[in-house]
Amino acid sequence: MKYTEEHEWLRVEGDLVVVGITEYAAEQLGDVVFVELPEPETQVAKGDEVCVIESVKAASDILAPVDGEIVEVNDALTDDPGMVNKDPLGEAWFFKMKLDDLGVLDDLMDEDDYKDFIA
Amino acid sequence: MAGLRQLPLAALHRELGARMVPFAGWEMPVQYPAGVMAEHLHTRSAAGLFDVSHMGQVILRGGGAAAALERLVPVDVAGLGEGRQRYAMFTTDAGGILDDLMVARRADHLVLVVNAARADVDLAHLRAGLPAGVTVEPVADRALIALQGPGAEAALEALAPGAAAMRFMDVATLVWEGAQLWVSRSGYTGEDGYEISVPVTAAEAFARALLARPGVAPVGLGARDSLRLEAGLCLWGQDIDEETSPVEAGLGWAIQKVRRAGGARAGGFPGADRILHELAAGPSRARVGLMPEGRAPMRAGVPLLSEDGAAPVGRITSGGFAPSLGQPVAMGLLPIHLCAPGTRVYGELRGRRLAARVTALPFRAPRYRRGG
Repeated sequence: MKYTEEHEWLRVEGDLVVVGITEYAAEQLGDVVFVELPEPETQVAKGDEVCVIESVKAASDILAPVDGEIVEVNDALTDDPGMVNKDPLGEAWFFKMKLDDLGVLDDLMDEDDYKDFIA
Repeated sequence: MAGLRQLPLAALHRELGARMVPFAGWEMPVQYPAGVMAEHLHTRSAAGLFDVSHMGQVILRGGGAAAALERLVPVDVAGLGEGRQRYAMFTTDAGGILDDLMVARRADHLVLVVNAARADVDLAHLRAGLPAGVTVEPVADRALIALQGPGAEAALEALAPGAAAMRFMDVATLVWEGAQLWVSRSGYTGEDGYEISVPVTAAEAFARALLARPGVAPVGLGARDSLRLEAGLCLWGQDIDEETSPVEAGLGWAIQKVRRAGGARAGGFPGADRILHELAAGPSRARVGLMPEGRAPMRAGVPLLSEDGAAPVGRITSGGFAPSLGQPVAMGLLPIHLCAPGTRVYGELRGRRLAARVTALPFRAPRYRRGG
């Protein structure tokens, strides 16, 4: 697992990268009541706003952690946004991306770096 | 947080695991570990305890205080009975709202409760607008605790007998462990409940005693906002402000007949021309409830357009997710011809237009214990 400073996790799955938000991020947000996902086959650049995620009180967003193409989104989250709080690292993945170069993941934090980051 | 005022119960909030945030110059608990959703739902099914000590409590003393206050509010204060409370608003010369407040009549004085964000403005307004014979005393040595929900009556009665006998909008002094509690049966959630002014020296012990009662849990500002939104209640600075008249805001019900055209004490408050005109002829715009047709919340500031609109004609003034309804709700200001329940309008959000229906307020019927 790799992590960004925006509290996203990334996991390589074959030739795709699966992206979600960390337990820390889910806990900070509180109960998630709404998720808006991008359309598959969207090209994104690192830092682009790709998902909207809202709690009772506030709207937030998820940024593209790296350049690439969104190839699959987790429609289950649209129907059950609360899953983000129940299983942020598993069932509540947000989208899968195809990257031109998996090497860019080396620039991201690993688990120990992320633990230090949120400490 | 440097520079923020501390609540009398600050240590208790931290002990309970509150997440603290700045609000109106105070450090306030926005939520406890349970979270906004759980705290909201708990208030509607049991009893929520809120620290609202940041709000301003003010005593007006002196013969003629009630009549004098009528110079500043479009409300019947002179006719307010002893032991009763009434909702009011300070109006501006332009007919807008400087702040909304509660006014309570006691034996020889009035007690006002005003918004924290407007306390300084309100005190200056009172001092400038009331005659010399009426003293304006901010109350500095009392905390204010709200206890709201179907379990509130039993919890407070167990500590301070006499609470259960109170009707909605009654005020009374009850005693707990020798401390004088100024209690009103009212609140900001749409539930039955009380607002309790307690001396700071007794506040922590009293709060702990309430929290020890079955079903009482601490609730933060986050849920306070979602609760009042579901109840269709206004928040100054969002739904009402110096640009909105009480009539536009749907608060004409608070202007008793005696202060309206033809009444014995008609007018005589700032902005009376505009306000009395709007009461008679109707306002040109109004606050309405809105239910987004999809799942996306529409929050304060979102522009509103009509069916074929090219440009915004109104805006959302408050909005969010309603835990008791399981969907987003909002309030907004629209031109009067778009205010009929069922009218479809569009919120402009993230570059798209999302549909919403005008809905009667409140979203949830209130559960006040009125007489009988």
